[in-house]
Amino acid sequence: MQDANTTVLVQLRDVEKTYRTGEVEVQEVRGVRLAIERGEFVAIMGASGSGKSTLMNILGCLDKPTSGEYVLDGLGVAGLDRKRLAALRNRKLGFVFQSFNLLTRTTALENVELPMLYSVPIIPRRARRQRAIGALERVGLRERVGHYSNQLSGGQQQRVAIARALVNRPELLLADEPTGNLDTRTSIEIMGLFQELNESGLTIVMVTHEVDISAYCKRVVVMRDGIVISDNRNEVRRCAQTERAALDEVEHTARLA
Amino acid sequence: MLTILKLALLQSWETSFVALRALRRNKLRSGLTALGIIIGVASVVAMVAMGNGARVRIQSQVASLGQNLLTILAGASHSGGVSGGLGSASALTLGDAEAIRREVADVVAVSPEISTSAQAISNGRNWSTSIVGESPDYLVIREWKLASGSMFTERDVRAAAKVALIGSKTAHELFGPLDPVGQAVRIKNIPFAITGVLASKGAGMGGQNQDDRIIVPYTTAMKRITGDRYLRSINLQVVSSERMDAAQQQVTSLLRQRHRLAADREDDFNIFNQKEIADTVSEVTGVITLLLGAIASISLLVGGIGIMNIMLVSVTERTREIGIRIAVGAQPSAIKLQFLSNP
Repeated sequence: MQDANTTVLVQLRDVEKTYRTGEVEVQEVRGVRLAIERGEFVAIMGASGSGKSTLMNILGCLDKPTSGEYVLDGLGVAGLDRKRLAALRNRKLGFVFQSFNLLTRTTALENVELPMLYSVPIIPRRARRQRAIGALERVGLRERVGHYSNQLSGGQQQRVAIARALVNRPELLLADEPTGNLDTRTSIEIMGLFQELNESGLTIVMVTHEVDISAYCKRVVVMRDGIVISDNRNEVRRCAQTERAALDEVEHTARLA
Repeated sequence: MLTILKLALLQSWETSFVALRALRRNKLRSGLTALGIIIGVASVVAMVAMGNGARVRIQSQVASLGQNLLTILAGASHSGGVSGGLGSASALTLGDAEAIRREVADVVAVSPEISTSAQAISNGRNWSTSIVGESPDYLVIREWKLASGSMFTERDVRAAAKVALIGSKTAHELFGPLDPVGQAVRIKNIPFAITGVLASKGAGMGGQNQDDRIIVPYTTAMKRITGDRYLRSINLQVVSSERMDAAQQQVTSLLRQRHRLAADREDDFNIFNQKEIADTVSEVTGVITLLLGAIASISLLVGGIGIMNIMLVSVTERTREIGIRIAVGAQPSAIKLQFLSNP
């Protein structure tokens, strides 16, 4: 154990990432220090090219930093090979993407079962099924279990993706612009789901470039040109549940009128 | 160790389950891929089978000439500026045949041959056919069997007996469905007793019908039919295929000596060595087999490229899916296994 402080889940120390494209070296991330504790709900903000997506890839163990140290749940990521990284992603991380990234021609249930296919030790088929149904229930899609991806609306697809991210009970949920392809109302619903999950103890890191959306988080980290330029707690937080109730109210009166 | 093995087994079971489901979902592509493989393999099998079949057929054709056969043909005659064809010269005699039988140890059977064509009459029908004079060894030399009856004997030869074997085609023309054995056939007004019917042999190497002929003792042919003193050819059987060349050389020198040919004169006879024909034929069949093999391997290669192409397409069109699987923590080996089991 490298970290005595077990409340820290993510520890980034002087993380740099440099890409070489032909002759040109592009420094995407240049020296990021960041500590995220358990139970936090962090938004990483910044314009495109600010290095936030690269940082997300590093956090998700899809990419390794060129230099610097990344400790996830007390485990140094730098020394791990591809197999160990895959196992780490499987067990400790959940991903939610802007474009949902569900498997086509596959049912909601099968999509949610997918991470468990790669779990070690093996999860028996029946247990897989039950856990997948449980996860879908948690995101409010109990009724859509047998639907194929293309039979679901955008918001439903994102819910399936969230259920897939949750099914292996990860330590950290990583979301890359999760509301980017959704309308306002569905965005509020998804953010409400995130807030709910966070309340129940899940740590969430979310990349967004919308200030509105970052307002649902507890903490906002702003990046520019590969460095963190501000890191603040949200004094005033939006609450998706009350907003949704208000929205329902407005629609209800509009319908009456 | 056992648990690792069990794990790998379960993993591959899961993968094959996923693969089966994917096959069901991509019915058309799976079907076309399978069809491509089936046709490719079937064409290879068919090519190989055709090559083998052709070789066996050609070899049996060659074998139908007889085993280890040497044929001595009289040379061309030249008289008054007119050149006759092969066998037209009056060079080969019965003495030559006797000398070969006596002096060349490798020759195990000799049949002097005279041939002419004549009208055969029997049963109220007539048919123009070739009349061939041979010795009783002829059937052994040519590996020819009798459909019914028996071969004439050495004694018939010595006596120039009026006996004949009849080809199956000739028998059909003269006797129809009746059994000709014991019947008489008249050739140039001489009645011959038919002792046997030759088994059908089909077309020979030159395309002539081997079943349309009447075989009589060579002495009978010479004395009673042609009146010739000369032979058209002599058929020889050599003891083994290894001794063919040696036997040919001995026969050549013996005949040159007997015909008193000076060293600078050409042979007045030609020897056809069946081994040479067989060698040529086996060379040809070798080339055919090679050709078919080349075609088969090309089709196999094309099939292989087709499968590669399908694999490539399925991987490139599914990079997103691979990405998703990697993101949810699939091991690299699990991804490879999936794509190998489910192209």
